Amino acid sequence: MSIVALEVKSVVKTFAGDSGPIYAVNDVSFSVQPGEFVALVGPSGSGKTTMLSVLAALLSPTSGQVLIDGVDLAQMNEAERVALRREKIGFTFQANNLIPYLSARENVEFMLRLNSRFDRVGRVRAEELLARLGLVDRLSNLPSQMSGGQQQRVAIARALIHNPTLVLADEPTASLDTERAFQVVQTFAALIHENQRAGIMVTHDLRMCQYVDRVLQMRDGRLVHIYESHEEILALARGV
Amino acid sequence: MRNFFLATYLSYKEIQRNRGRFLLVGLVIALITLLVLFIAGLGEGLGSGNRQYLSRLDAELIVYLARTDYLIPSSRLDRSTVRKVERVDGVEAAGNVATSNTAILLPGNEVLKVSLIGVELGKPGDPPVIEGKPISSDQAREVVVDRNAALRSGIQVGDEITIRSVQGTKDEFYTLQVVGIVDGQSYSLVPSIFVPYFTWDRVRPKSEAEVNRPSSTVNIVVVKLQDPKQAEAVAQQLEAQISNIEVADINKAIQNVPGYSAQQGTINTQGVFTLLIGVLVIGGFFQIQILQKVPQIGVLKAIGASNGVVGAAAVIQIVMVTIFGVAVGGLLTFLLSLSFPPTVPIAFNGTTSAIAVAALLLIGPAGGLVSVIYAVRIEPLKALRLG
Repeated sequence: MSIVALEVKSVVKTFAGDSGPIYAVNDVSFSVQPGEFVALVGPSGSGKTTMLSVLAALLSPTSGQVLIDGVDLAQMNEAERVALRREKIGFTFQANNLIPYLSARENVEFMLRLNSRFDRVGRVRAEELLARLGLVDRLSNLPSQMSGGQQQRVAIARALIHNPTLVLADEPTASLDTERAFQVVQTFAALIHENQRAGIMVTHDLRMCQYVDRVLQMRDGRLVHIYESHEEILALARGV
Repeated sequence: MRNFFLATYLSYKEIQRNRGRFLLVGLVIALITLLVLFIAGLGEGLGSGNRQYLSRLDAELIVYLARTDYLIPSSRLDRSTVRKVERVDGVEAAGNVATSNTAILLPGNEVLKVSLIGVELGKPGDPPVIEGKPISSDQAREVVVDRNAALRSGIQVGDEITIRSVQGTKDEFYTLQVVGIVDGQSYSLVPSIFVPYFTWDRVRPKSEAEVNRPSSTVNIVVVKLQDPKQAEAVAQQLEAQISNIEVADINKAIQNVPGYSAQQGTINTQGVFTLLIGVLVIGGFFQIQILQKVPQIGVLKAIGASNGVVGAAAVIQIVMVTIFGVAVGGLLTFLLSLSFPPTVPIAFNGTTSAIAVAALLLIGPAGGLVSVIYAVRIEPLKALRLG
């Protein structure tokens, strides 16, 4: 088994524009180890979300390679990509995260159902994970009966329940107040480390970076800086 | 199979957690079902009232006077034509039938309008008795009444009935003994009573010129064949061997009953348009619902639900709601039909009702087809605000 969970090699993603191709992602390379939590930051239009979409097998790169557990996404057909997202990737989104007519427990269990792995053990594990996230008294609540922070925590449980290789989070704190945002990212980071998953969080809020192991800074589609030392990351998070 | 179970799970949960919304659309489908089934029942009832006697004839062909456009009231055949018909190869039996209208006087000055049909006893055209006994002789002042007339008037075997008949310019009253009941035999939208031909000729309404002059004509001759498959060939032989007649099979005879085709065409058009309205209503509901669920479907696809799961979930949901609506509508129709008096011309025929229910079950998926296609085409990128 590869010790690199995710490997990105010279990825380019262009979109057609009126005056030639627009480089949304331009020659980006990096890798993420199991148990490592990485933040992808940058201003609006820097290519963060496009990069996340390529990593999630939702968009195909124009050139370059994305390997998850050593498997090149470019070699997969659409059905295989769907299976990859189901089995090897966990997601949390900025909004509309949960299926509104499923309870907190059912939303988490749904990932197991999707992977044909739902059984009594899975049910207990979903309950434990939700309890770990402080939602033991919210198991039967619908998303509309929970706060934004609680919904994000359910989404985190759903992203981890099936033991994916890679966990992707798209602006998970965008709709939360500061206190809830810190709680959510802190819990997320802890679970990524505990479960030895590779985690990538796209965020525009640099304060959230204090909980990650590495920060990849993008600008105009390029990876312009990588913050690796704890001191550097803390300084970035504090805006120093 | 895994996709089917997942799709069923999602559909069931969504309906369970949005009961009010789905109950509403289910009730709309139930009302459409009620309307469609009633239109079908009305069509069947009115059609049956027009054709019941003809469609239940134990015969294959009907002989008319030539150039009368297969209209029974317009056709006048000499009474002896039937003997010529019987001599044609392939004919097993033939019987004269004469029709007119009259009214039975009921207690309380009520009248029941009926078709007065004169038949040759034991010949084609004379319906089998289901209660009581057949008429005893050609001259008897006896009558058999159809079940519809018995139900509406309370007439029973052994009763005497009085019919009113205009003779010239005077009302005359004739008393007839009810000896038997036959199955429903409505003709010209009213129940029928059957008498021997000679009795018919005595009691039928007549013009001044016809009073006291026995008739020598009948309207039609009903023909039973040795081999029903030879109907077309025997019809050609009849027209070739007997002058001044035209021959129709039972179906053609029914289609040419005055107003029958136009009536059925109108009713069927109403039914089809109601179904089309159903398609639009259901299609509109599910399309609006899918539009509201675009981000949610995007998330489902992003986390690994296949198009098969998303599409099947939409179809299963539509089918569940449609089945519920049609079942409720069918039950409502049944309960309401129990409260109708026999005078309302509604009849629920198994085949017609089954076709209507099948059409109703199809309108849900047909109406929701666009929304299903739309759901399948939603990009998972919608979950990331890129789609």
